[in-house]
Amino acid sequence: MTGEDTKHLPLEDLHQAAGARFGAFAGWSMPLTYPPGVMKEHLHTREHAGLFDISHMKLFAVSGPGAAALLNRACPLDAGALDISQSKYTFFLNEAAGIIDDLIVTRLGDDRFMVVANAGNAVEDERHLRALAGDFDARVEPLDRVFLAIQGPDAWATLARAGIETGSLLFMHGIEPRKNWFMSRSGYTGEDGFEIGLPEADARDLVTTLLKDERVQWIGLAARDSLRLEAGLCLHGQDLTPGIDPASAGLMWAIPKEVRAGHFIGADALRSILESGPAQKRVGLKPDGRQPVRAGAALVDADGNPAGHVTSGGFGPSTGHPVAMGYVDTALAKAGTKLFADVRGTKIPVDVTPLPFTPHRYRKG
Amino acid sequence: MAKTYFTEDHEWLRVDGGVATVGITDYAQEQLGDLVFVELPEIGRKLAKGDTAVVVESVKAASDVYAPVDGEITEANASLSADPSLVNSAATGDGWLWKMKLSDESQLASLMDEAAYKAHIG
Repeated sequence: MTGEDTKHLPLEDLHQAAGARFGAFAGWSMPLTYPPGVMKEHLHTREHAGLFDISHMKLFAVSGPGAAALLNRACPLDAGALDISQSKYTFFLNEAAGIIDDLIVTRLGDDRFMVVANAGNAVEDERHLRALAGDFDARVEPLDRVFLAIQGPDAWATLARAGIETGSLLFMHGIEPRKNWFMSRSGYTGEDGFEIGLPEADARDLVTTLLKDERVQWIGLAARDSLRLEAGLCLHGQDLTPGIDPASAGLMWAIPKEVRAGHFIGADALRSILESGPAQKRVGLKPDGRQPVRAGAALVDADGNPAGHVTSGGFGPSTGHPVAMGYVDTALAKAGTKLFADVRGTKIPVDVTPLPFTPHRYRKG
Repeated sequence: MAKTYFTEDHEWLRVDGGVATVGITDYAQEQLGDLVFVELPEIGRKLAKGDTAVVVESVKAASDVYAPVDGEITEANASLSADPSLVNSAATGDGWLWKMKLSDESQLASLMDEAAYKAHIG
């Protein structure tokens, strides 16, 4: 099932003991589901607390007197304007303003930042950052950590019971609560929750403690995908690619106005895209009926003309109906527009719909 | 008396009077996970062995279910439109997918019996 180069999670034995079914993702053997199955795992996360092993994702510490300047070059970001412990969703862009990766950058100190990157892009991200770091007085250090996410309305309470206080930490903030730990209030489900990078021995203790709490269950990658899709969050490699810019992706909220005039890589290209307006835009898509519409499906308008394509699609266990997102011609991107998805030759009616499908429940203050 | 056969693609057929009731095995439903949609075949459709008869969709992916032998669809399990999870909860019972009139019963000889199928999935 998996090749020789497949990477294995440090806590793989715990997932095996929990009865996980594994599958390949971004070069890693990952737990896809546990015995309850994707539907129950998804709903459990929205109702209580889901525990995810996301150690396939990469943490980079970026430090030194030129750290902020390096990040300002690599990302459409004013890293120096971040408060200490403030996190920001941002990107590495190429010269054409295409998204090499989407990331979260957290300021940990005056000249220290944490960058959290996607598994599939970790090698390219490191190469990219190191190549740029040569022009700045900055150090890029990939960290060897187990990375866990605890997501859902009971996440904070279960952490508190495990002896980890989160009270003062707000959404999109991150701190170093213990030696070699990084903890942020963030996630990929639309729920309140936390992501914690920590050494393996500490992780084993924390997982054991958390799982004694009946509100906490392991959640696999399958439910992680359905949760993020309902929450309208993008998956790099599907909804975002090096061929897609932040304006087309509807992610300009992540780039502050004053930064748009700046000198980050891809700035000129992004400015010209903004001037003429993107040709296509990312939208939510709600298929009629129960048949899911999947990534890759072509979209046509009422007259049968090409309208775009689906980049993520599946079934939303919380919404109780199929959910999807994709790119459509800008003229068709208005909510309420009726389109059709081609699924094995059948035209399934889909409505352009505002995202997210399930409301975000972040703890912002 | 009805006899049950199995395929390497994890389907079962219960044959009675020249008509086969077809479904996927418990092993297959477990591999697929929670089903959310079943695309049922048209009555009267003629299928050759290996043609896609039904598409079952889980939260994550769509999978084809192939005709295990030649024949003509005589019935599709309409209760799956309202409750596709029947395939998960009763794969070899109420979660059957379709019925087909066999055009060549000699094809059944190449299929497995339950003991051979159990050995096949290990």
